[in-house]
Amino acid sequence: MTSGLWELVIEGIWTTVQLLALSALLATAVSFVVGIARTHRLWIVRFLAGFYTEVFRGTSALVMIFWVFFVLPVAFGWQLVPLWAGTLALGLTYGAYGSEIVRGALSAVDPAQQESGVALSFTPWQRMRLILLPQAVPEMIPSFCNLLVELLKGTALVSVMGMGDLTFSANLVRLALQQSAEIYTYVLLIYFVIAFTLTRLMRGLEKKLKAGIGKGPASTESQRVRAVGVGGGVS
Amino acid sequence: MTWDWNAVSDFMPYFWDGLVVSLQALLFGSLISFGLGLVWALLMRTPSRWVRWPVGVVTEFVRDTPLLVQLFFLFYVLPEWGLTFSALTTGVFAIGLHYSTYTMQVYRAGIEAVPVGQWEAATALNLPVRRTWTAVILPQAIRRVVPALGNYVIAMLKDTPILMAITVLELLGQARLFSQQHFQFTEPITVIGVAFIVISYPASLLIRALERRLVR
Repeated sequence: MTSGLWELVIEGIWTTVQLLALSALLATAVSFVVGIARTHRLWIVRFLAGFYTEVFRGTSALVMIFWVFFVLPVAFGWQLVPLWAGTLALGLTYGAYGSEIVRGALSAVDPAQQESGVALSFTPWQRMRLILLPQAVPEMIPSFCNLLVELLKGTALVSVMGMGDLTFSANLVRLALQQSAEIYTYVLLIYFVIAFTLTRLMRGLEKKLKAGIGKGPASTESQRVRAVGVGGGVS
Repeated sequence: MTWDWNAVSDFMPYFWDGLVVSLQALLFGSLISFGLGLVWALLMRTPSRWVRWPVGVVTEFVRDTPLLVQLFFLFYVLPEWGLTFSALTTGVFAIGLHYSTYTMQVYRAGIEAVPVGQWEAATALNLPVRRTWTAVILPQAIRRVVPALGNYVIAMLKDTPILMAITVLELLGQARLFSQQHFQFTEPITVIGVAFIVISYPASLLIRALERRLVR
């Protein structure tokens, strides 16, 4: 492979990383908003949040991407820059998966904690902010770590829309060189290295957060066993 | 926003064609992933680390890299090595292989959840290794993991549109073809989006019901 082709690949990595960071931010925001809304006392809020989750979890990420790229501009006149269109589709879809993680972790906090908050006459928002979230967030990290790896794998889908991410650059190199084994092996390795780095970072974060609430690091191995992909286990 | 019901009715014949292909890919992909996943899970329990270590590394690698790139790899590299399959066959194999690395963890959890007493009873009855697995451990383990496997079937269903990238005309492939021929993007893509929800939501309810029955 020539250096020109490597430059193409490096640009692809940069686009993938940007897309990953932006859609991870959006997905996190969506997860927390929707996940917390699912514990709201008004049934209509819970219902709407549940509806959102089922719709975005029920449909395929690639179909969502197609919808944002092709239907939004025609139907609503919103022509988005590819990067933002990809961020929107991935963030909303993976946010729906994330909201299940948030809901699960919130409901796993000992009910006595919630009751003590009531006894101290905290407002619902104070209970959420000062009691529930600090205890629930560290428990969410392993699941969010798996979801982040799923999101990384999901970013490859935007190459189908012609966005110049890592997978797209691999296709260009294949066309240029007329051979595929080498470049696809490299690209798979690059994705693996990114995924590996993310896993390590999230493990460090989990350790730090758990130390903050006086819990030792959980055995990461057993949590890895419970690892579930998109759609699996989070129901 | 304009919604044209005629476009929907024009698209429906293609929709059914696409649905058949999608469900075929799902069925065979599931079968491969269930079989291969069990093989990985059993290999991970062999005493020799020379087996466990490579299997662990390979499955971790497959699990952490995008299905789309794996699909391209199989679709473009295998012919270079002299192995030519149809696009659908390649796609089915790629989905099956990718998800087998998830189902292996499901099986592993299921096998680990079988009480130790069952192993000890098999030893006490002097059952050979083969009988221990086929008559004692696996029947109990698999019963527990059926709902979890079902979740992965739904996840696989939602990944079948990826096959479009290697020219398979499944639901999304049909929708894209129809859109490009008729310049109507809104209706076909919305129809298949709704179709995925209509299939996967009842399926997930079914799995929740199964979970209550089988896992106690």
